Amino acid sequence: MESTSVIGTANKKGQIFTEPRKLFFEAPRVPVFLTGSEVIKEAIRRASVDVMVAYPITPQSEAAALCGELFAEGYVGDYMRGESEFAVMSQCAGAAFGGARVFTTTAGPGTLRAFENFPMWAGARLPIQVIVTCRGINSPLSIQPDTLEISFLLDTGMMVWHAETAQDFFDWILMGYIVSEQPDVHLPLAVCCDGFFVTHTKDTINLTPADMTLPPYDPYRSPVPCMDMECPPVRMMRDPFVMKSNYISYATHASWQQEVRAACERSRKHTIPLLGGLIETENVDAEILIVASGTAVSQGREAIRLLNAEGLKVGLVKVKSLRPFPTEEIRQATKNAKWIIVPEFNVVGWLAREVRAIIDRNDRVIVGPHVAGGMTMPPEVIVEKIHQVIKAGKGELVHG
Amino acid sequence: MQKRLNIRISGLGGQGAVTSAHLLAMAANKDGKFAISNPFFGAEKRMAPAESYARIGSERIYDRGEIVYPEVIMVYHPQVITMGKSYTMPFYSGIKRDGLVIINCSEPLLSQDDVKTLEDLNVGVFYIDATKVALEVAGTELSSNMAMIGALAGITKVVTLQALDLAIQDRFGKKYVASGGTATLDEAIKKKFAKKEQLLAKNMATVTKAYEMGAVWAETHASLVAS
Repeated sequence: MESTSVIGTANKKGQIFTEPRKLFFEAPRVPVFLTGSEVIKEAIRRASVDVMVAYPITPQSEAAALCGELFAEGYVGDYMRGESEFAVMSQCAGAAFGGARVFTTTAGPGTLRAFENFPMWAGARLPIQVIVTCRGINSPLSIQPDTLEISFLLDTGMMVWHAETAQDFFDWILMGYIVSEQPDVHLPLAVCCDGFFVTHTKDTINLTPADMTLPPYDPYRSPVPCMDMECPPVRMMRDPFVMKSNYISYATHASWQQEVRAACERSRKHTIPLLGGLIETENVDAEILIVASGTAVSQGREAIRLLNAEGLKVGLVKVKSLRPFPTEEIRQATKNAKWIIVPEFNVVGWLAREVRAIIDRNDRVIVGPHVAGGMTMPPEVIVEKIHQVIKAGKGELVHG
Repeated sequence: MQKRLNIRISGLGGQGAVTSAHLLAMAANKDGKFAISNPFFGAEKRMAPAESYARIGSERIYDRGEIVYPEVIMVYHPQVITMGKSYTMPFYSGIKRDGLVIINCSEPLLSQDDVKTLEDLNVGVFYIDATKVALEVAGTELSSNMAMIGALAGITKVVTLQALDLAIQDRFGKKYVASGGTATLDEAIKKKFAKKEQLLAKNMATVTKAYEMGAVWAETHASLVAS
């Protein structure tokens, strides 16, 4: 059969299906001044999404409501509301099993309510994209940004990226589908950001033209067949192995779980050229480094400005991808650092834990400063921590 | 001259504190400056504390979230001070030396201790009855936020009147998707005016009037000027 390409043809809204690299790197960009939620809408407008399922969680993010407008305008194939976050993620799975490009968004308690579905998505190799606009996890109740939920996502088998700004968000949502849908990856992706700090903040973003859109998802590139309800092809769905023999079940489970994680690692070769690496570095020859992800990177940049004004040189490592984790990249970037400061917007310090697990001489890692429950982290707090570290001198540990 | 103004707006739900921060940042953006703005509030309800923040400067801004150390604090309602309806206590906590406080009230509200603390920090305090200005010029107290941003611009010149005009046209002249409470208030203010053009003109007139009042005050008070 002769294969045909849709590139260069128009969809029903008159948007031209555009070769992804051309869309990302060559298409003209126009600066606009929008909130992060509005930026999510603009990315989805250009993403040729077939199905979106929503459980709107205002005031955490207006994105679900804004994307509903896209459906009304005809930019999203189908749009429905779920009864709860668990229902939403299950409906997303159904749509993806059926061969659709799927989008949804959640946050905080919603993420946790939906949780059973995330490892299921990964195990079923469904390239769903979920935007996680991080919010505190109960109790006590918080509707403000706290990144604790990301630590729960790290071992689901999904890819997990952590955006710093709305610009990252716009680019990564579009690039994310291209990485997710590669036959040798074919995994769900959580694109995370720190709730209010990105979603409710107005910032300048460079958008690609609204009349250019990603090529549609091709479900025939899936490494597992798309679902036919008359004849479920995946043994795990009906008549699972565990009904036959525990030992076959163990073997299947173990090998498939490893394959899911291997697929996540294989995503690197697609992600690195699009995101410009899994990390971004500045002045990593400095003795003191800030290693951070999300909004903590922005606060780190402001702290570095203040420290530079004092004549102190401090480097920066921005971690973009958490799964796959940039193990080698971080080892290289931190090899000369005497002190590695890991500021975080959560109480447990999961990024510090990840960094400590992969570098040598890991007593160089300073866990914190931390804020939690959605509190802001003034750059002055990071500066103070670095002053403490310098005062404490060589060899003496400073924690907290 | 300040390279960056960090502006903290403390008001009550429904007063337009969030809209003000967005308008200031949009105006700064139109002036070619770097700007970001964001709100911070709990579950939305009228008369509950609501804060918003605008950062405006001549270089790229990374800082996000609440402004803990502001150069400028704007108080939209006396209850922010008298009833402690503020996220930080006292309401001026964290204000920088040589900063500026603008209070929507016809008469002084601060205790002697507060006055002393702010004097020691060389912080200027400008009282403006923004609600009265709004009622007189626009015929509705819903425009009080316009008077407040006008006063700020008049004193600090952080944004131009032309840019504020463009920002107001963007915000109220076009279709705008907002959450429930904000959408209801948008509808309420639209009903006050027969035509959208009238809404835009009256709001801008309120901004301009307060701008002039702020500029006059600044002539006799050493105060912050944005670069």
